[in-house]
Amino acid sequence: MNTTVQRNMSLSGEPPAALSAIQKFSVVLGMFGLGVLLLAMFNIDFPNKTTWLAISLSAITLGVVIFSYGAYANKSAGIKNDGVYQKSISSRGLLGWLLGIALTGFYVVLYFYPQYLGLRNEGDNVGVIALFDPLSKFLSGNPASQWFVYGTLYTIAILAFGIKFLWKYRHNRYEVLRTLSVMFFQASFAFIIPEVMARLNNSEAYNIPYYDLKNIWPLNYYNFEQYRVDGFISSGNLGIFLLLFGIVSILVITPILTYFYGKRWYCSWVCGCGGLAETSGDAFRQLSDKSLFAWRVERWVVHSVLVFSVLMTTAVIHSYLSYDADKYLLNKDTFLISVAVFLGLLFAVIWYFKKEEFKKDARYGAIGYLAITLGLIGIHYMSGSSVFIFNPETLRSTYAFLIGSIFSGVIGTGFYPIFGNRVWCRFGCPMAAILGLQQRLFSKFRITTNGGQCISCGNCSTYCEMGIDVRAYAQKGENIIRASCVGCGICSAVCPRGVLKLENGSTKGRINSEAVLLGNDVDLLNLIQENKASHKG
Amino acid sequence: MKHIAIIGNGIAGITAARHIRKLSDYKITVISAESEYFFSRTALMYVYMGHMKFEHTQPYENWFWEKNNIQLKHGFVKEVNTENKRLLFEDGSDLTYDDLIIASGSKPNKFGWPGENLKGVQGLYSKQDLELLEENAPNNEVCKRAVIVGGGLIGIELAEMLRTRNIPVTMLVRDRYFWGSVLPEGEAKLIGNHIKDHHIELKLNTQLKEIVSDENGRASAIITSEGEKIECNLVGLTAGVRPSIDFLNDSGIELGKGVKVNKYLETNIPNVYAIGDCAEQLEPTGFRKPVEAVWYTGRMMGEAVAQTICGNKMAYRPGVWFNSAKFLDIEYQTYGWVWAKPQDYEQQFYWEHPDGKKCIRISFHKENHAILGINTFGIRLSHEKFDKWISEEKSVEFVIENLHKAHFDPEFYKKHYSAIKKSFDNQFQLAN
Repeated sequence: MNTTVQRNMSLSGEPPAALSAIQKFSVVLGMFGLGVLLLAMFNIDFPNKTTWLAISLSAITLGVVIFSYGAYANKSAGIKNDGVYQKSISSRGLLGWLLGIALTGFYVVLYFYPQYLGLRNEGDNVGVIALFDPLSKFLSGNPASQWFVYGTLYTIAILAFGIKFLWKYRHNRYEVLRTLSVMFFQASFAFIIPEVMARLNNSEAYNIPYYDLKNIWPLNYYNFEQYRVDGFISSGNLGIFLLLFGIVSILVITPILTYFYGKRWYCSWVCGCGGLAETSGDAFRQLSDKSLFAWRVERWVVHSVLVFSVLMTTAVIHSYLSYDADKYLLNKDTFLISVAVFLGLLFAVIWYFKKEEFKKDARYGAIGYLAITLGLIGIHYMSGSSVFIFNPETLRSTYAFLIGSIFSGVIGTGFYPIFGNRVWCRFGCPMAAILGLQQRLFSKFRITTNGGQCISCGNCSTYCEMGIDVRAYAQKGENIIRASCVGCGICSAVCPRGVLKLENGSTKGRINSEAVLLGNDVDLLNLIQENKASHKG
Repeated sequence: MKHIAIIGNGIAGITAARHIRKLSDYKITVISAESEYFFSRTALMYVYMGHMKFEHTQPYENWFWEKNNIQLKHGFVKEVNTENKRLLFEDGSDLTYDDLIIASGSKPNKFGWPGENLKGVQGLYSKQDLELLEENAPNNEVCKRAVIVGGGLIGIELAEMLRTRNIPVTMLVRDRYFWGSVLPEGEAKLIGNHIKDHHIELKLNTQLKEIVSDENGRASAIITSEGEKIECNLVGLTAGVRPSIDFLNDSGIELGKGVKVNKYLETNIPNVYAIGDCAEQLEPTGFRKPVEAVWYTGRMMGEAVAQTICGNKMAYRPGVWFNSAKFLDIEYQTYGWVWAKPQDYEQQFYWEHPDGKKCIRISFHKENHAILGINTFGIRLSHEKFDKWISEEKSVEFVIENLHKAHFDPEFYKKHYSAIKKSFDNQFQLAN
């Protein structure tokens, strides 16, 4: 040990280099683009909206791209985390807080005060929404809404910061392909296709609700509300197809893909929330909380949201179903019974096959949640006409407010620079909860560790956006099989010793909590393994 | 109840403590003068580079130790009295033990260079070294140039660290090639080129002659064995490490380069053991050196000594040698033995990717073609597979044929196994 006296000085050093000239230029350019939007918001009337919108959006995009060029183009390919904890923006410094406050403010206005963005129920839009009218009319034929403005900016954020990410991880083909995938799904499925699809509604035959095809229930918690279901049903074969697609997505496509590839096929390759987190949010991934406490909170919160979303959807669908067989295939009773039977069966199957894999709290949780759900359905069924215990509309609006707006938007994205980029995905997303259960219990996906090569450095845990303490597994030689893992692959990328590998393989031996680190002679390893197994048991 | 005192909270000491706790309810005290909690020494570089904060280098949350009933004592052991089984601390306090494990680690080598104790001259081993580096080289205004003495794993890490703050770096390397004592020419040249790509000046065949002081007792320049004077504000001494055992001088514990231990990691004094960097094996296994200052071996000795202390006497019998490192952007893994200068029974196959950033070298026995070891750069390979293949003495032909089974690169990475096989067949004309 070193005998040097302990110095009471901070270990946080100085940031490597100030911005280069080209980066300064890009910041000015990007800020100019944002400035145009801001001016429009304050009702500065731009004469030629199409031109100014194009200028603004191009300036923002180019600003990000040129900034990335300045940051990465002249450096050799490899991990680029220099100075992450020395820069204000990425280490909860002043810039980080300012950005967090600005984003949060934006979400509050977007969700609750769209009139300040210029939304008008009667007459033409004004402000920043009016600025987007030309683009909206070009795509869908309709004037813009606050959601169109948001969708456009969201897509630009994923595309521009996607380019940044591609540059940063250009040596890693997994990261490159994954990022191209989220960029593609955002630009097409989430943005262009639904906008263009809206044009169909010009015809009397169609009344299709806005539908981002990759946005699956329960993430898309409103997908089976009455106005949407009625819209689908009244839009001919295409409408029926879309309605069925929504059901098949969660009941068939999701389980199959998750079985083969883990939840990553969705969360870090397709999903829009994931897409934004992986691109714009990449600079904040290290801010997630890795403590055991945070993991405990995560499990209770995210599964509670899932139960809430199932109850809410059941109540809402039940409320508009009738006993009139002409209108809907299901009547109130058959629907409720089907839901109860489905949930009961699902629970029974999981309990029968996977009970051993549940920890005590998970067992209590699962039983508790099932009891509440079936209880509520039962109470309603027995008591006849009274609508659940809660009013479905109250349930729906509470969910939309708490989960749909506050959690996923204001906290989930607004707090990127404070809590990290996956707060929503980790603590709030009911879709992630379903996929996580499948990934934990029925999937071929795992992250394997390479023999005894781990040096416990902590890069993997630090850069895990889901707050998984990856190192805790790697330094024991255990596979990482966690419900929350979105398979972004960054732990494997930042590992300096090549220890971690994302894999889909045989389900046999996938969970190997008795594994030991290679290195010592076989007898000792066997002993340690036995000892470990007896402790777990 | 038996009290186990462990001097040193690095990977060796902590592994021993954890395994003793799993096997027994002995009282365990881990002593460190360096840090309050266990941290990963290999990760210190990332703190300076801003990839992590110091707390991220700590593999266990702070409640872990109390929960597992492992006492931590922050203090510097001044003296070990093996007769009374008593440790004396610098602050005057003391501690008695039943069993003592010495896991006090290393300190940077100094070879009596003139000026080696000047201000601005330092190694990179401990947390304190990192703090000192923040003082000596916070940026490229305070530190206009750094000279690093020694081309090994710590030297290249220090160079990478300083480059993140745009500090110009010159490395003095004694050998003809970078890390030439360990790496064969092909790999050494490949890494040498990569180092130059990162704008680090590499002076091969060059040694340190002396360090020049300014009027304040700070290093201001160095003079090389070639007589060249290089002005600098930081001199990094990274020519290896040696056991940090000065506090044991009067203890009666037999010392050589390190604390001498038999294969059970026992010293000459009953109930006193030594593990990790500071231990010197009287009977090293195979080609292993008597003192192994490697993360992995520290861990493995900790696993072994825990068994012995808990009544299941167990020799330290390490398996197939392995190690790993990262040279700037290029990862390195090695399994088994590949000698820089081939032994007379050894034949080597070398393949390098045209991009000059990936290569592998497989060493095998001339006579029976049994594989002896592999170096791999820029390609991740499975430890488990090579551990098995080397201990089972698989033939080099088998290994080349099955190399894809040891694949550990991330998904979608380009695979080079057929190119490697082709190259092997060409070199050894074994194609059928």
